[in-house]
This record gives sequence, C-alpha cells and structure tokens, in this order.
Amino acid sequence: MTFETVIGLEVHAELATKSKIFCGCSTRFGGVPNTHVCPVCTGMPGSLPVFNRTVADFAIRAGLSLNCGVSRYTKFDRKNYFYPDLPKAYQVSQLYLPICRDGWLDIEAGGTTKRIGIHEIHMEEDAGKLIHDPWEDCSLIDYNRCGVPLIEIVSEADFRSADEVIAYLEKLREILLYLGVCDCKMQEGSMRADINLSVRPAGSPELGTRTEMKNMNSFKAIHRAVIYEAGRQAELIEAGGKVVQETRRWDDNKDASFAMRTKENAQDYRYFPEPDLLPLEIDDEWLARIKETMPELAEDKRRRYVGEMGITEYDAAMLTTAKPLSDLFEQVSAICKNPKETANLIIGELMRLLNDTGTLPEDLNINSAKLADLILLVQDGTINRNVGKTVLEELFQNGTDPRQYIEEHGLAMIRDGGFIEAAVDEALAANGKSVEDYRSGKEKAFGFLVGQIMKALKGKGDPQIVNRILREKLSE
Amino acid sequence: MEIRDMTALEMGWLIKERKLGCAEAATAILDAISSTDGELNAYISVQRDKAMASALKAQARLDAGEALSPLAGVPVSIKDNICTKDVPTTCGSKMLEDFKPPYDATVVEKLAAAGAVPVGKLNMDEFAMGGSTETSYFGAAKNPWDTRRVPGGSSGGAAAAVAAGAAVYAIASDTGGSIRQPCSFCGVSGIKPTYGSVSRYGLVAYASSLDQIGPIGKDIRDCAAALQILSGSDGRDSTSVMERPFDFSGSFTGDVKDMAIGLPVNYLSDGIEPDVRRAVTRAAKTFESLGARVEEFTMPMMEYAVPAYYIIACAEAGSNLSRYDGIKYGYRSGNAGSLSDVYLGSRSEGFGIEVKRRIMLGSFVLSAGYYDAYYHKALQVRGLIRDAFNQAFQKYDMILSPVAPTAAYKLGENITDPLKMYLGDIYTVSVNLAGLPAVAIPCGFGQSAMPVGMQLIGREFSEPVLVRAADAFQQSTDWHKRRCGK
Amino acid sequence: MKIDDKLIEYLENLSRLTLTEEEKEQAKTDLTGIIEYMAKLGELDTEGLPALSHPFAVVNRFREDEVTQSYERARILANAPVKSEEYFSAPKTVE
Repeated sequence: MTFETVIGLEVHAELATKSKIFCGCSTRFGGVPNTHVCPVCTGMPGSLPVFNRTVADFAIRAGLSLNCGVSRYTKFDRKNYFYPDLPKAYQVSQLYLPICRDGWLDIEAGGTTKRIGIHEIHMEEDAGKLIHDPWEDCSLIDYNRCGVPLIEIVSEADFRSADEVIAYLEKLREILLYLGVCDCKMQEGSMRADINLSVRPAGSPELGTRTEMKNMNSFKAIHRAVIYEAGRQAELIEAGGKVVQETRRWDDNKDASFAMRTKENAQDYRYFPEPDLLPLEIDDEWLARIKETMPELAEDKRRRYVGEMGITEYDAAMLTTAKPLSDLFEQVSAICKNPKETANLIIGELMRLLNDTGTLPEDLNINSAKLADLILLVQDGTINRNVGKTVLEELFQNGTDPRQYIEEHGLAMIRDGGFIEAAVDEALAANGKSVEDYRSGKEKAFGFLVGQIMKALKGKGDPQIVNRILREKLSE
Repeated sequence: MEIRDMTALEMGWLIKERKLGCAEAATAILDAISSTDGELNAYISVQRDKAMASALKAQARLDAGEALSPLAGVPVSIKDNICTKDVPTTCGSKMLEDFKPPYDATVVEKLAAAGAVPVGKLNMDEFAMGGSTETSYFGAAKNPWDTRRVPGGSSGGAAAAVAAGAAVYAIASDTGGSIRQPCSFCGVSGIKPTYGSVSRYGLVAYASSLDQIGPIGKDIRDCAAALQILSGSDGRDSTSVMERPFDFSGSFTGDVKDMAIGLPVNYLSDGIEPDVRRAVTRAAKTFESLGARVEEFTMPMMEYAVPAYYIIACAEAGSNLSRYDGIKYGYRSGNAGSLSDVYLGSRSEGFGIEVKRRIMLGSFVLSAGYYDAYYHKALQVRGLIRDAFNQAFQKYDMILSPVAPTAAYKLGENITDPLKMYLGDIYTVSVNLAGLPAVAIPCGFGQSAMPVGMQLIGREFSEPVLVRAADAFQQSTDWHKRRCGK
Repeated sequence: MKIDDKLIEYLENLSRLTLTEEEKEQAKTDLTGIIEYMAKLGELDTEGLPALSHPFAVVNRFREDEVTQSYERARILANAPVKSEEYFSAPKTVE
C-alpha cells in the first residue's frame, strides 16, 4: 500500500518587541532567572494585562507578507489549563477572531512552485520555563519568558513531504527575519514548529488520524521527525493497527517520537473572551502606517539588487543569506556608489573573516561609512587590493579608521616611477635566471619577478606601473 | 461630638482647621475598632503602627501647607480584596491568609497621595462571593444593629464598621451588589460606580467584567468625596476608560426639580418584604415632594438578570481563581506529593464551599457542549438588559429601586440554600451587567428595626446626578443620621 | 439537566478540586437547582444578538513598546510556599 503524508504546521514565533505583550518587562533572552518579571507576568492577584501595540503591528506585518486578510476587529480569548509554567492558569490567546486569516505562501520544492495555505495568524503570550532539578527531583520555574509575545502561524494541511515542510520553514524564517519581527533562533526557542501529521492510502479523499509532534529544535530535526512519523504511522496501519490521536514528543537523540504521558490529551480549554482586555479595531490609517513602514523582504531585495544594481543572482542570494549582510551592503553601496565592489568585498573577504573568526552576521559590528571609505580608497588607487585586505581585517577586528591606518603605517600605494624603476632594476639584477626563463617564453617567471618587486616595495607598489615598467625593461 | 460619630468630611474639615490632629483621629478610630471588633468581627487585620505613621505623614504635609484632599488625614478602611503593599490581603480566604502583595492597588496609591490614613483591612465573603459575609474564612461579620444578624455581603465588614463608627469611611468592591446590599442592611451609604470609572488594578479579581471598587460612608457626601479620589483612568487597567475623576461640585444644591425618576412597579410586587416596599415607596414620595417627577413603569428583563449574572460571574471567577495553585503564592497543602496533589490539595483545602461551588459552575457554563446555551447566551442576554436600561433612560434620569427584597436576616438562615442567596441579588445584579452606576442610601427601617436602603441607578458616568439626588434626599431626611449605638 | 457523579467528577477535574463524598452529594443537589435556574435564559430569543464581554463598546486601549523596571526577584518570590533563591518550585511535571 502506498501512503500519502498530509502535514499541517503550527509555527510559533516570538516577536522581537522590547517589552512583553501585557507588561513592560524586558523580553531579552537569557536573563538571570526571574529577573524580568512583575506582578502582571507572574499572575499575581489583582494584576491586569495592558496590550503592547507593537505586537499587533508585527503580527500585521507578518500577515501582510503572508498574503493574509487583516481582521479589522480582533480580540483576545482565554485558554484555560493548569500547568506550572502558566502562572494565571490561562493563556491569553485568540480563538474566535484572530488578527490575520486566509493567506498563502509559495514555496519551491521538488522543482515546482507550490502554494501553501495559511489558515490564520493569531497573537498570544508565551509561558515560562520549567527546569528539572535532579537533586530535589522537582521542577524549578522561571517566569522570564512568561508574557513574551508570540504569533502562531497556522498552515492548512497542504504539505505532502518533509522537503516541502523545510522549504516553507526556510522561506517563512527569511520573511520573519527580514520583517524584523522575529530573530528566528530555533535553538533559543524564538521559533518553534509543531507538526500535525497523518497518512492515508494514496488517492483516498479522507484524512487519517493525525498526531501532533513537538520538541524539534532545528530544521534538520523537523525533517527527520516528519519522515519518522510518516513511516511509523504507515507501518502501524499496515500491521492492522490504528493511529491514536495524541501529542508526541520528538527525541532527536533517539531519532524517534514518543507519546507524551498527559492525562487528558483532548483538553477542554473552556475558551471565552478575555474580559480584562478590550478588542482592537484596526482602521485604514493603522494599516496604511504599517504598509508604509514595512521592511523590504529578501526576495524583493534580491530582485532589486539584480535589476537595479547590476549584481548577479548568485551574489544577490549570498548577500541576503542574513539581514545584517544585506543591510550592510545597502548602506555601504549607498555611500561609495559602487555596488559591485561592495558585493565582492562582503561576499569575499568579509565573509571569509566571519567564518574564520566564527562570528555570526548578527554579531557583525562594522562601520558602514568606514567600509565604504575603504572601497573608495582601493577604487581611486590610494591603496592596492592586497593592502585593502589588510586594512579590512584591521577594520573588522578593531574598528580602525582606514585612512588613519593607511597613514600611520604608510600603506599608500607607491606610484613614483623612478622609485619603482629602481626596484625593478634590482630585481632583474638579482634574478638573472628568471629573466632568462621569461625571455625563453615562461610567462610564469614574469609573475615571480612581480612578486619579488612587490616584496621589495613592501607590497605597496602600484601593480599597473610595476607591470608596465617590468615589461618595458624585459623587452629591452 | 465623638470622633467616631463624625462623617469623613467633618473630620477632614476639623483636621484642616487644626482643631483635630491626624494622630488623634487615627487613635480614636483604632480605639473604636478595639472596642467593637471583638463582637462585630468587621476587620480581618488592623495596622496600628502603619496607621500612626501615615497619620504623622499626613500631618506633616498639612503643616507644610500642602493642598490636600478634603479627606486628608482622615482614617480609611479597606476591604481585604484590595492589595495593600506588604500588608496581608486575604480576600477572606484561607488560600491567601498569609499573602502580602508586593504592590499597592491603584486606589490605595491614590488614597495615599490624597493624604488618607489606612487603618485596617475589612472582613468580606471569601473572594467576594456571597451576600452575607458568612463565607469568610475568618468568621462572619455581624450587623451592629443586631449582632445576631448578617451585615450583608460581600462587603459586610466595611458596612458594619462604618455603621458602628469603627471606620470613618471604607473602600470596598461591588460585583453583583456587594457594596449596595451591605449598605442597605447596615443603614449606611455607598456607591457602585460606572464600570471603567475606577481602576481595578490591585483589586483581586472575582468577575472581571462586573467588578468595581467604590466607597461606603455615613452619607453620600462622604462617598462622593472618596469617589473623587478613587476615580479616573489608569494605564495599568485596560478597562478603566473614564479619563478624568468625577466632579461633584454641582451635586450638593439639593435641587431635584429637573429630575425624572422611574419607579419600576414590577420590582415592588412579589417577593419583597412589605417593610421594604413601604420604605421605597415612601422614598419615592419624598422625591416627589422635593420637586422631582416620579413615574411608575415596568422594567423588563428582571427575571433574567440573576441567572445571566451568575453564569457570567462564575465563568470569569472560575478562570480568575485558577491561578491559586499553591505554587506562586498562597496556601499550599501539606499533603502534597505530586503536582496533581499540590493543585487538588491546595485548592480543595484552601477554598471554602461557596467558592468551590462557583468555580465548578464556571467550569460547567464554559465547558464544551454547554458554552453556547449558557455562557454565550448570558452574554447576549446582557445586551438585552443593557438595552432595557437604555430604553428606561430615554424617559428617566434615574431609576429608584429597592436594594434587597428583605432587611438583614439572621446568621445561618440562608447559608445552606445557595439559590435563595442568589435570588437576594435580584435588584442589584442587573446594574453590574449593564456597567451602570448606582448609589445606595438608607430610607427607613423594617422588620425587627433593621435598616432598609434604596438605590438610585443612573446612566453611565452620571454619578454627579445620582449624588445630587441622593444628597437632596439626605438633606431632607435623617435616616442616614441614625446610629446603631455601638 | 441531570447533574450526576460523572459530571461532578468532570467538573472537579476541570477545576482541579476534590470534593468530599458529602460535598459531592450536596453539590449534586445545589448545582441541579442552580443550573436549572440558569437555563431560564433559554426562554429568550437571542438569535443574532451580539455577545457582550464588556458592558460597553470601547476599543484600542494599549501601551507603547517600552521596557519598564521589573520587580526585584526577592519581592516576586516572597510569597511562594516552596522556592529556591532563584526559582519557584513545583513537584516535577511528567512528560
């Protein structure tokens, strides 16, 4: 029997607001336990939520980029359940009137374009973190994360393979990153995906029983989890068994999913409208303001770089692998007016430095004006490329001003014809064999001689002048 | 005049005139508490040292010439479901017996800024769920007019203390009548303000869309002075929508000639004690004699208010009380091994039976399968009730009605019949459902010489008009001046 | 509307409450009467009417995205029955 896998995804993205959704505590990741908390986010008696409007702005940005309709009237609901990471014993979420609905995202998978439907996007608050204390064999609770704003992006059950799932997640991640609404770090939990998966005999119109999988910490893990679970369900059905509707926990070490031992898998959350928060009415002005301030998506940047700035598609793709790089590219090329050179420098030397030092693009701290200046200095012939590399490294490591550095270390290119001629003469005199080799047709000897001359000039010789004079001398 | 017989404004004036010191006033009230509370049990806790410190501070500010509220230096008592920083806030429950909030409710901050002197926390039905203060973990409060009777609830401690002179004025809360009914039972005045006019930040939530904080005092002027301090929007409460505090400057003219008052005859027919009917009808006549136009009408939706109220209140309350789990604060069961034990044990041992009942009712009306017929339906009925009021307010400026069908009954009489208790709320709950304001003032005596009150219900934010009517009534009657002699 | 043991147990579970046998019996009686009374609302035709979660129709109350001072950890932990210096504590959760 051949099976078809049907998958739906629920992606939770922590929004990159400065403060939490219902109080002013910081959302910063990794704080000392229970230091980003207050009576509101710890659910103390008498506390009340007040909505952070930027959460709606970010949710709408995401919704518009995912082709959703934005609900003009949206409100919050309480989802009631008991768990120690949920201090109020209810999560404020949106069930009845989510902020965005009915969108789609086109993905490239298996050589074709496929449209994945997006059922809705809603806002909700994150819960705290539980840490198991092995000494006391209890759960320690940190509420720092409690109240961090989330959007949940619910897809239709349109996926049919693990590859499609990953293509979607990668594209979604790029969009959210470029919108500036989420830093999408799966390893920090700012982006999480739950997989709803079922299988059915190929061609069957009915859906099989689905399971929900959680706890995948990377795209790779998600890919593995999809393949595993589809296989597990298919095997189970072929052996005559029935898939149980349940929540399963993915264990990446064991490369398998396990049913979670919760008492009631079908919970009655008793959703009802949140009386402590007022509904949001999103008018034309609000929407217009968001549309005006929408950051440009990676896809649109690539199109612009290629179409308007003469960058190759490959280079455009490289520049948009991380928003800090594309930001840097845009800022620097705007100053030096040389997008091609800027692209080359970033993709070549700068990325090499990042890799060598294990620096992430988001931790890159380089001054755009100085970098632009460096490009201009090479462009106008003040220094040559090799020196340029050195100066770049200096700028990268220490933020040193290029002009200052060049002056302090006398790195300006040597262009004095007499000076260079003297060096050429010296090199020719000292390397008679090479001269003979060259005269007998070995072009490589030319390069060697150039190298020697450059060495004598401490690398600062103007390559064009050196070449010219050397050729002249050799042809005498 | 004895200090404990003074109204808050009288006391405030004497303090301002330097005829009475803040410390002296505080001491007098603290002594009054000492001498009455053994019997009345109106207070759950008293903060003598803090009170004296506040009194000194208020005195210093006054001496420095600071312009403070007319209630500066006057002792105030606070219902124990309003958070007071570092002072136990128990909500009348074992669950929060030792809870000390790390913050003050907004109203407490406002009172402090106005120079008020908090002296103690008042007894109440557990988590404000009740109409007699008999569900308090700390024992029932007694009605000072007859200590075998209930003072009403859930703000029974507040009304009893004010009536007995053991509080000058009090800040309490009203979700379904919890300010108005105790005022009626104890012969004092109170205001349940328009929903959204007083911040709920720091009020331990019972039913979020129904709760409001309001004052209880010896007369309506004291209440108005207090409400002026308490009211005004607060950035920490999304539902507090009234920008500026109330302005009662035009409310004491005694003039009611421009007022049209509706008297709902269906409120005065069955199920109401004859004495109550008599007192309310007589009050209507008094208004007429003062120049107001009083007209009988039928107020629709009366029989649906109580079920709608209890559905909504229990649903919201059940959810609001889920946070009491023995982990972050409050009572934790000693018998607890597993997580499940902690939840079940702490909640079952920490809550009284009425609270448990309402939590379960809340779970019921919200559960899948019943949500539409109960909760959703009740929210729709709420709209019908609001419409009924809006209709009435097209013809009238306010509605005059009883507060409760009876005067104060005996302790233990109704506590085993919850439905009967709930039906006692018949005149008050519709006001909370519609979010409207109502003032309650004494208007006579009933059976066994117990006080009877009436309420004036108005359009949203019409407190200044309601106060004007109530004050005119109090200017020409003396029900509010009767003292219980404690 | 029959309030039987099964329903009481279901409500106990949703509410995380355990009633004693006596309380359960009493609850069955009390809740039957109360729920029946609540069902009175069924007499009204509310087809198409809006459901009011708030007594008034106000919208858009919110705050700006600004970080404010959080509370001192010790203050937030002060009322916890079981805690460490840094955390609240609960019996371990079973995954």
